[in-house]
Amino acid sequence: MNNTELELLKIIADMEGTPSGAYNIRANGGLSSRQVTENINIETKTDKSGINIIIKANTKGEKVHIPVIISETGLTELVYNDFYIGENADVEIVAGCGIHNCGDGESRHDGIHSFFVGKNAKVRYVEKHYGGGDGTGGKNMNPTTVINLDEGSYMEMETTQIKGIDSTKRVTKATLKDDATLVIKEKLMTHGTQTAETDFTVDLNGANSSANVISRSVAKDNSKQIFLSRINGNNICNGHTECDAIIMDSAHVSAIPEITANHIDASLIHEAAIGKIAGEQLIKLMTLGLTEQQAEEQIVNGFLK
Amino acid sequence: MLKLENICFSAEGENGTKEILKNINLELDNGFAVITGPNGGGKSTLAKIIAGILVPTSGKIILDGEDITGLSITERAKKGISFAFQQPVRFKGITVHDLISLAAGKDISINEACDYLSQVGLCARDYIDREINASLSGGELKRIEIATVLARSTKISLFDEPEAGIDLWSFNNLIKVFEKMRNTLGGSIIIISHQERILNIADKVIVISGGTVKNIGKKDEILPDLLGTADAGCKVLTEKL
Repeated sequence: MNNTELELLKIIADMEGTPSGAYNIRANGGLSSRQVTENINIETKTDKSGINIIIKANTKGEKVHIPVIISETGLTELVYNDFYIGENADVEIVAGCGIHNCGDGESRHDGIHSFFVGKNAKVRYVEKHYGGGDGTGGKNMNPTTVINLDEGSYMEMETTQIKGIDSTKRVTKATLKDDATLVIKEKLMTHGTQTAETDFTVDLNGANSSANVISRSVAKDNSKQIFLSRINGNNICNGHTECDAIIMDSAHVSAIPEITANHIDASLIHEAAIGKIAGEQLIKLMTLGLTEQQAEEQIVNGFLK
Repeated sequence: MLKLENICFSAEGENGTKEILKNINLELDNGFAVITGPNGGGKSTLAKIIAGILVPTSGKIILDGEDITGLSITERAKKGISFAFQQPVRFKGITVHDLISLAAGKDISINEACDYLSQVGLCARDYIDREINASLSGGELKRIEIATVLARSTKISLFDEPEAGIDLWSFNNLIKVFEKMRNTLGGSIIIISHQERILNIADKVIVISGGTVKNIGKKDEILPDLLGTADAGCKVLTEKL
């Protein structure tokens, strides 16, 4: 692996050297390296491109890294990754995609991730997207995440796209059974002429299921963002969706929360706020000796932290 | 020493231009000065003019012999002016530790940050990682605001109604904080306040009313007079009603 590729790995998966535990590194459309453990198996799909990650029941405290990197210009791929998380397991999965495109061809990674989270299992899923390289070719990513939460299970999804992705359309669909909980935290920053579209649909089918979908984003320059969050309460359940965006320069941001109650005991809340950085925030930091630009950076970094 | 020369400030309102400050002349040397007077008299406007948040219509601001009237908020902060807002600003994602570090101008240890928080009566460990957002009460924010000024430790420390929104128990601590500041900072501490107990620890009391300096002097000279005018103030109010 060359330095650019190692750097990408560090940014998207906090990986330096060989991680302990299970991992699967995909580079430029093929398998680069893989390690499995007694409790976590990773196998290549035979019918289409992608992998199955199979975590045994009762696996506790293990981490799986499955980063994808593209450093060749003009490479586009569609990958299916399926995660089977056994009952009572408690694990962390670190995914992430980094593209370094120095050429003029489009580099694109479309990933379809399906989660089957077993009864009373707990999973934290961290996904980072990053683009680098100064070529004119597009750096595009379109992740689709399908989440199936069985009874009493818990999933926390943390998805971050801070830099360099020209166009992204991220679709997340989740269905929850009884007592299942889903927490989604999205952080997004777009700049230049980038576009980012987020589309969440959560079906709260089980009794006492709950979902909390939180998005924080910053849109700079001429970039465009669309945030759509749809929560359907089909049982006694709690749902909350929140979109908070800072708009700068000549950017465009749309926030479209949609909540539907199909049950008398469904309790659903949506909140959405878009605004520029408050003048008084800048002034406060300037009275501490920061320049206006430094103040702006602190506010944006804090907001997306 | 901070010197204000012929400071005037006008603002556009619904009924045309309103003169908020009329020819203010003040000299603030080291020590503890309290600016007091009725609401709407121009006290906060004056504080904002000193910090550079508002630009005076005319007049000069001189800091240690240097004319700083044309300097920005940032430049004045760097020259040693600190300002605690009357209504502290909230920041999503920025923690108490972050803000105190920014105020100190360097990454400070948790212990140092906790020290500033303890001084304003906050149980530091509970607060250090909290975000400065809507989850903090008005009183908590206010104390954090004062802690940022302590962390800066500059030659001019300006507080706009520090007592507003602070409960009585913490208020006793606050008086101690200000007494300690006088001993340790060695610069000028300028407080806008209506509180008799704050006026009581002042070296100098300045009464601003109707946009002008109505009275200025040692607290022993001013206080009896001030308490006397409280009745007069009420009379004016009664007549208005």
